[in-house]
Amino acid sequence: MPRTPSAVAGTVLVALMVVLAVIGPPLWGDEAARIDATAVLQGGSAAHPFGTDNLGRDLLARVLVAARYSLLLALAAALIGGVAGIVLGALPSVLPRRGARFVTGMVNALVAFPGLLLAMFTAVVTGLGARGAVLGIGAAIAPGFARLTQTLAASVAGADYVAAARMLGVPRHRVLARHVLPNIAEPLILNLAMALGGALLGLSGMSFLGLGVQPPDYDWGRLLFDGFGRIYVNPEVALGPAAAVALAGIGFNLLGDALAKGAARRPAHRPDGAAPPAAPAPDEAEVQPDAVLDVRGLTVSFPGGVTPVRGVSLSVGPGEIVGLVGESGSGKSLTAAAVGGLVPYPGAVSHTALRLSGEEAATLTQKELGTSLAMVFQDPMASLNPALRVGGQLAEVAQVHQGATRAEARRRAVDRLGHVHLPEPEKQAGRHPHQLSGGMRQRAVIAMGLMGTPKLIIADEPTTALDVTVQRQILRLLREVTEETRAGVLFISHDIAVVGELCDRVVVMYAGRVVEELPVERLAEGAAHPYTRALLGSLPDMDTDRSRPLASIPGRQPAPGDVGDGCAFAPRCPLAGERCESSRPPLARVGAGHLVACWEAS
Amino acid sequence: MRLPRPVLRRLVRFAVSLVVLVVASFAMIHLIPGDPVRAALGPAAPVELVEARRAALGLDQPLPAQLGSYVKGLLSGDLGTSFLTSEPVTDVIAARLPNTLALALVATLVALLVAVPLGMAAAVRTENGRNRGTEAAFGTVTGAAVAVPEFLYAIALVAVFAIGLDLLPPAGKAGPETFVLPVLALAVGPAAMISRIARAETLRELGTDYVRLARAKRLPAARLHLRHVLPNTLTATLTMGGLLLSGLITGSVLVEYVFAWPGLGLKIVEAITQKDYPVAQGVILVYGAIVLVVNLAVDVVLGMLDPTSAVKES
Repeated sequence: MPRTPSAVAGTVLVALMVVLAVIGPPLWGDEAARIDATAVLQGGSAAHPFGTDNLGRDLLARVLVAARYSLLLALAAALIGGVAGIVLGALPSVLPRRGARFVTGMVNALVAFPGLLLAMFTAVVTGLGARGAVLGIGAAIAPGFARLTQTLAASVAGADYVAAARMLGVPRHRVLARHVLPNIAEPLILNLAMALGGALLGLSGMSFLGLGVQPPDYDWGRLLFDGFGRIYVNPEVALGPAAAVALAGIGFNLLGDALAKGAARRPAHRPDGAAPPAAPAPDEAEVQPDAVLDVRGLTVSFPGGVTPVRGVSLSVGPGEIVGLVGESGSGKSLTAAAVGGLVPYPGAVSHTALRLSGEEAATLTQKELGTSLAMVFQDPMASLNPALRVGGQLAEVAQVHQGATRAEARRRAVDRLGHVHLPEPEKQAGRHPHQLSGGMRQRAVIAMGLMGTPKLIIADEPTTALDVTVQRQILRLLREVTEETRAGVLFISHDIAVVGELCDRVVVMYAGRVVEELPVERLAEGAAHPYTRALLGSLPDMDTDRSRPLASIPGRQPAPGDVGDGCAFAPRCPLAGERCESSRPPLARVGAGHLVACWEAS
Repeated sequence: MRLPRPVLRRLVRFAVSLVVLVVASFAMIHLIPGDPVRAALGPAAPVELVEARRAALGLDQPLPAQLGSYVKGLLSGDLGTSFLTSEPVTDVIAARLPNTLALALVATLVALLVAVPLGMAAAVRTENGRNRGTEAAFGTVTGAAVAVPEFLYAIALVAVFAIGLDLLPPAGKAGPETFVLPVLALAVGPAAMISRIARAETLRELGTDYVRLARAKRLPAARLHLRHVLPNTLTATLTMGGLLLSGLITGSVLVEYVFAWPGLGLKIVEAITQKDYPVAQGVILVYGAIVLVVNLAVDVVLGMLDPTSAVKES
């Protein structure tokens, strides 16, 4: 259970209630029952802080003593409801099909009715009194339990051990008792604990209406019923029982929340305490004077000293497609997010320069960023808002940033949709995203980027989620858009084959750093870094001997937290020598537009 | 018009539940141990009166015939007559129901209008674990507010605002000012509940790709939250709101009792206490029917609101 303040408060409150239920009657029982004809119907005083009732009995003592009866009644109601619910919920798994459907239908119908209604129904049938109220609240709790049992049992029914028991011919009721129920006991017990709080409040409500506990017995609700009649004269007489009910309700609720959270075993939050962003290490990289993107020493770090991107420098020229390749976890997507200014809190981004078309990104307005920077994400199914029409999602760019009227914006949206070869753009614009195929949606996202005058398009694995033929169409579209708008594209991919086909230049990342940058023509023959060569080597082609397993790179990329002083690839590198372990190779020029960070490559 | 399958399934379920409800309300009187008429009239009542009452209720006929005439009565709007006042139950309900509905509707509206913005604001402020303090405070305050039952709010409001400060009327229904306290008492708990759901839903939405894309479009915060996030959070929030509304209609029993609000709730408490079975039976039937209709309406509205769900199976 998480040790949050509310969990502690809940535990303390419930513990207090239980202690009170145990020690209340022996300690204050006599005082609560002592009739004093000289002190009838008094308000609060030093002797009687909450006043006295119509027989002069001390109300504070009565509130303290009533804890036991209130809790016991709640316990009885919760147990009745829980047991009845579990039986109802388990019945469908042992009954023949017809009976099972009938019970399930009944439970579904009952769940729809609020508990209080069921409780009042029962109260009518059984008449006034504690017994009727307990049965009624139990009846109110049961349907929820039955539903929960059904759901849980269904989730276990598919498990291998249950199937195995069935196959072995174990009778159904034995399967239920021995295999199903024990495995769902924990959430059921947890729910019973929470139902206890609900039962206490429900019973208090019934007693408060005069439908529950009748004199001479009394629970908190009954004391409140008596006190409420006198509220105009002595409001404090209602205060004691009201506070008791409220505290019990809060206590059980907080404790229930905490137990449920503990049961869900949520992963703990990241440790706090932001580490200072690692000093950006400006590495040499190709600089183009007219670059649409020029970023130097980009570093992204998270609290706890995790730095997934370390001193990355890149540039993208107009009309150029630069591929950023690497395995998952190399920091390529985070690099893209940082360039786009979309690193989620609590990530911290630092850089020595981040220029879009020669201007520092920090000085650009939202409007300039919104129209000059386009982004395309991996999953087209997820990147359009399901609640809004496709056309509207495009049009809003023009409305917000370019001051277009609704009609103008819509016309432009339809035009852009047509531009990316979406058939019947007029019709598609009026549709919701779920009515479009994945390829069509990715086209729509690209069209969204074309609403402004994009200078840089950041495409983060834009084709990974699409099938191969659609993938080709989208790549062709990207190429076409680039040539037409002269925008630069930063194309992030784990697929070096796609990058080789589409891009002009390739930047390879490993463990948060650029390890090689080279023109695409040199990729096949001239790649110098052992990691780049390993990536290329893992691609099957026509000559691959298919009788042998596909080549893969042995070992795995170090997590951002444990990158050492040396070359991060050294542990997996066939060429690694002593120097590689101890010091990190800088990114150095080895040819025209070709940079490599490796001691051994030459 | 051909109805889509999911809608049809909903209607079938509604009809089945309605039948269950009618049978249950009919059975209620027969489930009472002993003779309900004798129980209601007391041991001192003359035998002739008891017999006359039994005949008036049709209790002297065989069960199937009784069920038949009960259903026939229902269809023609006849729910029997009160043991105590001899008024037709239909008239009693017609006089009381509007008051209960007005209270529940206003309370639901207030709860939604307060809770949705509150939950969204809390989500935006606490996204990705920033402002831990706000998160803890929000969780604790709403958690406590949910846990306190509505009748305690009602009593506290009466004690403070009607008796202590003498600002508002303590009971009864007259002008708009008489709505303030009962509506508040009813709305606090649901508002806390809905704001928790709205926060959770908003947090989920803020993490989606389409919100990331909307951020990449550099939309102003207001547009981002109101146009892109809000509609997607409404499905779950309104489902809950609808369920709370049906809960509120019955939950108002206690609040009506505290404020002597002339609604169905006050009536049913009287009827149960005084063993006025026809009235209790009629009111429970009406409550149940309202709950079923509200749930059906929520499903239908959701189907229209959310283009992707199209009345999905829950």
